[in-house]
Amino acid sequence: MELVLTAENFEKEVLQSEKPVLVDFWATWCGPCMRQGPIVEELAKEGYAVGKVNVDEQMALAQKYQVMNIPTLLVFKDGKEAQRLVGLSSKDTLKKAMDL
Amino acid sequence: MEKIIIVGAGPAGISAAIYAARGNMDPLVLNNGIGALEKAEKIENYYGLDRPLSGRELYERGLAQARALGVRILDAQVLGVGGFDTFEVRTTEGTLEAESVILATGGKRSTPPIPGVKEFEGRGVSYCAVCDAFFYRGKEVAVLGNSDFALHEAEELVNLASGVTIYTDGLEPHFSREHPIAVNTMKIQAIEGDSRVSGIRLQSDVTALEDGTPQESVMPADGVFVAVGVAGSSEIARQMGAELTEKGHIKVDEKMATTIPGLFAAGDCTGGLLQVSKAVYEGSQAGISASQYVRRRGNA
Repeated sequence: MELVLTAENFEKEVLQSEKPVLVDFWATWCGPCMRQGPIVEELAKEGYAVGKVNVDEQMALAQKYQVMNIPTLLVFKDGKEAQRLVGLSSKDTLKKAMDL
Repeated sequence: MEKIIIVGAGPAGISAAIYAARGNMDPLVLNNGIGALEKAEKIENYYGLDRPLSGRELYERGLAQARALGVRILDAQVLGVGGFDTFEVRTTEGTLEAESVILATGGKRSTPPIPGVKEFEGRGVSYCAVCDAFFYRGKEVAVLGNSDFALHEAEELVNLASGVTIYTDGLEPHFSREHPIAVNTMKIQAIEGDSRVSGIRLQSDVTALEDGTPQESVMPADGVFVAVGVAGSSEIARQMGAELTEKGHIKVDEKMATTIPGLFAAGDCTGGLLQVSKAVYEGSQAGISASQYVRRRGNA
């Protein structure tokens, strides 16, 4: 299951995670985001650590990570942003970014 | 509601229309002019042509052929496509609804060769106003483009942003209606910024400094929305959330289906051989696939 990320749990679930974490910044009114959703869900089912940030509810997180387009997908490793993918990304692309 | 709307009236779009019409789907074709065929002075390598044909002649024959089969053709420019279960096709002639859409507008246009556009993608440069307007609440934004497509994107932004300006990069504005949005027609030298976009450097060709170098000025902008030319298939697909290939073409399977159910694509917009023969094949397949899709949907 994908984690619902908020300003409160972001530090613990993402920045302190031992595994790389894929973070999907999204919103309900964004067509491409709604297509991205099922793709990250599949990755979560396959055992990848995946979290979702609803930008409507978590504007501060979006601002902090300078997210200005959605969907934006960030891969965090060791508490740092290691990859940034802007726009709808395929499962293969995301897997490659996670496995790097 | 339309069963099938075909965007584009070149070899792919018209072939799709012929097969959809023969499948009793009464398709509607949106025609926004000739496209790449304009440049083909002589076509000699297409099956059955015992004398060369100009691209324009082939295009006009295609339109005549489709009309003879009863296909409806509407002269309109598509501005964007939305919707989830069915499709909402926004055009210069109003909004149309369809069960299935075939994108066949021809090849993708490359990103404008303005320094900074590529570099700031995701850091202030956007290709989708409806997706990203939200991030520019109370901010100053620029829209690059000179047609109704740019105007449509600007109008998506106008209620949220503090200011919206359309930059035509030296081109004449071509808007089909009056609008209150500011337009700047000066040539753009670069998109500027540090970690994210902060402005647009313009080059004024009317005022030159004494030593002959053109005068430059930087207009503040927190965001730059790219909407150059008319909305092509790739732009429409990207805004809808269909997957593109690494080269920026629309990703399709052997049935010409995109990754969005009910959305098909054919011709130059899917990449590969940029030939009439390939467009005709893909259009035919897309016409058949879309017809099957609509039929299945009706039975479900």
